Amino acid sequence: MTPVLGGEELARLRTSHGRLLRDRRRRRIVPLLGAVLAVIYLIFCWSFFNFPGALGSAQWDRAGNYVADWYSWEASPRFRFGEDRIAVEWTRSLLGDNPDPDWIRQTGSGGYTVLFSDRSRIEIERGRVRVHLDGVSYLVEITSQGALLPEGAPPAMALKSGRVTVDFGFAGLAEIRSSQVYVRKRFLGWPNFFFDTRSPFFGMDPGELWEAARSTDRLDPRMPNWQLLFAEFFYNSEWQHLDVMAKLLQTIVMAFVGTLFAALVAFPLCVLAAGNITRNRLTNWLIKRCFDLLRSIDMLIWALFFVRGFGPGPIPGIAAIFFTDTGTLGKTGTEALENIDDKPREGMQSVGASPANVQRFGVVPQVLPVFLGQVLYFWESNTRSATIIGAVGAGGIGLKLIEAMRTNQDWENVAYMVLLILVVVYVFDTASAKLRARLTGAPSEREEPAR
Amino acid sequence: MAMTGHDGLTEMGRAVHAHYRTLVRQRRLYSLLAGLTLVVLVLGALVFADASNAGRFFDRLPYFFDYFVHFRPDDAMEVVRALLDLPSPYADGSFKYDYEEGRVYLAAGFYIPEYIFQMGVTINIALLSTLAGFLLAVPLSFLAASNVIRSRLSRGLVRRILELLRAFPEIVIAGMLVAILSIGPIAAIVAVAVHTAGALGKLFFEVIENADMRPDEGLRAAGANGIERVVFGLMPQVLPNFVSYALLRAEVNVRASTIIGAVGGGGIGEIFRLSIGRDHAAKTFAIIILLLVTIIAIDWMSGRLRRRLIGQAAFGVAQ
Repeated sequence: MTPVLGGEELARLRTSHGRLLRDRRRRRIVPLLGAVLAVIYLIFCWSFFNFPGALGSAQWDRAGNYVADWYSWEASPRFRFGEDRIAVEWTRSLLGDNPDPDWIRQTGSGGYTVLFSDRSRIEIERGRVRVHLDGVSYLVEITSQGALLPEGAPPAMALKSGRVTVDFGFAGLAEIRSSQVYVRKRFLGWPNFFFDTRSPFFGMDPGELWEAARSTDRLDPRMPNWQLLFAEFFYNSEWQHLDVMAKLLQTIVMAFVGTLFAALVAFPLCVLAAGNITRNRLTNWLIKRCFDLLRSIDMLIWALFFVRGFGPGPIPGIAAIFFTDTGTLGKTGTEALENIDDKPREGMQSVGASPANVQRFGVVPQVLPVFLGQVLYFWESNTRSATIIGAVGAGGIGLKLIEAMRTNQDWENVAYMVLLILVVVYVFDTASAKLRARLTGAPSEREEPAR
Repeated sequence: MAMTGHDGLTEMGRAVHAHYRTLVRQRRLYSLLAGLTLVVLVLGALVFADASNAGRFFDRLPYFFDYFVHFRPDDAMEVVRALLDLPSPYADGSFKYDYEEGRVYLAAGFYIPEYIFQMGVTINIALLSTLAGFLLAVPLSFLAASNVIRSRLSRGLVRRILELLRAFPEIVIAGMLVAILSIGPIAAIVAVAVHTAGALGKLFFEVIENADMRPDEGLRAAGANGIERVVFGLMPQVLPNFVSYALLRAEVNVRASTIIGAVGGGGIGEIFRLSIGRDHAAKTFAIIILLLVTIIAIDWMSGRLRRRLIGQAAFGVAQ
């Protein structure tokens, strides 16, 4: 854009409104200075946290696997070269102990063909493996020292300490060693989400399940089929639905009880802390400093102390949320009380109401919606905090999440729990926003910054 | 004059009054029912919490007080020694008194005590993640604001992304990165930054939507393009609020990065978890004092800055 003002006009303005123009220049410099400082700080952090080193030594290949584990699973058979035949072994298999999947075919000569996709497969025979990768065939010879990488092999095939690995992308990989071929084939989805592979209900479609549940033919003599159905679902050993639900409930309870108790304790204390209600400087000051102290001690500190005292579980979580939020709700509540309009109170006094009634009708209706709005807001954000402090031992879904992540193998369970947490957070967000809007009569979302 | 009864009300007035009384009674009944439901819910929740805890509340309560009584440093100076990494007279070669370990030497003879250094790490995690989240939130928030982007669909998409960033559990991001990058502060930085981007983005687009659109109209009349309108018409209005929210967020993030530190993100949180787990009283109290002082100082500083930025309208605490 071109400046609209001419030189003479600008000079006149400069003499008459000099301060305005100078101020504009300063306003321009401050953001620029901020940006420069931010860049310098970013450069400092780049070396302070050793980003290059950490990113250099990161195991990105693992990252791909972990992410894929969120929504898919792997079957990992081993084809071991025995004295006279090739033996198939299954370890930690979701397919049961002795599956016969259609993507493994036995060939006439005692070998096996493993299909990865339409154009990719491996044919395993004694002493050699033929790899078909995207329609091109390569022959991998196996000696007693190890496998040999064929001439002109593509980058998807690699030799590492006597093992030839073939990468089929998402479909999986094969590792050809001198004594065995190790295959990992990946499938989309969570196959045993509802029922364990050992369960009689595994692999049934909804119609069959309905029939099986109604059938009087007992699959397990100890209980009717519909009971067995629920038991098999809730006690699914890999997904542990019942345990996950219980832990999720613990997290919700932690947030609910912690916030509620904090509100019940904070509100009467607010009345004592507000200078315009309780006219005693010392009491006001003491309670306000108590709020500050409670608020400033990190939730982590409370959580860890109570975990030491009461052992892991929801009690430390409730206590941590209770103590921190008593401080925070107390502080916001006191501010709300001190900012009330004094006229309703004067009105009550002028008609001769008792001191209790002056407060009840002159003060409470003004602050209660604000206070309850805050409480609801904290309830909602504590549902999130409860997940995190759960991870340090305060129980609930957080602890379960951390345990699942530590194994580095149960990422699909992590995904399941994340999904549940997102649903719960969403439901609570919506419910609390609706309730708050009803309390204040207008969308109140705008007032409080989110945690 | 209309007929009046002994209570000074007309027939109509009495009907209205009777109706009012029924409404009040009905409302009281509902309040009572709601209160009862709440009480039942709380009792149920308490019983459930108590039953699923490792130690029962009333069984453990006496031990809990015992723990507090016994969990004391040898003397008050011990806390100071732990804080400043001075050699302890009680040193017996165990972890409990190895204060000199972990000093960070800047020059021969001049060192930063371990806890103060780690507190610095945590503060830097918080600041860096606030900055990164801020830089991510600004463009996203403009894309989510209804007065900048007309298309409801793309706005909705950006808002859902912001919600997802906000609601996604931080520990999962941290845990995932710890598995890939091994334990260290980068996992914590990314986890806190992602959440910050979501939280700030939501606040920012609300600020943008409340902005005065007259400068924007003026710029449009003068033929400015979309980016110029945002930079010269909206930015100057919203930037003070943005920075103010970011400062508030930095305050919150110091706490958040302490907690994330305790689950594998490094910094003071992890050291605190270890020292309290090993019953090292002097160390634990040293860290508590350090955390308390830091958090109060940061709250105070950010409060002052915010007041300077947007005047007395600085929003209160909401962490």
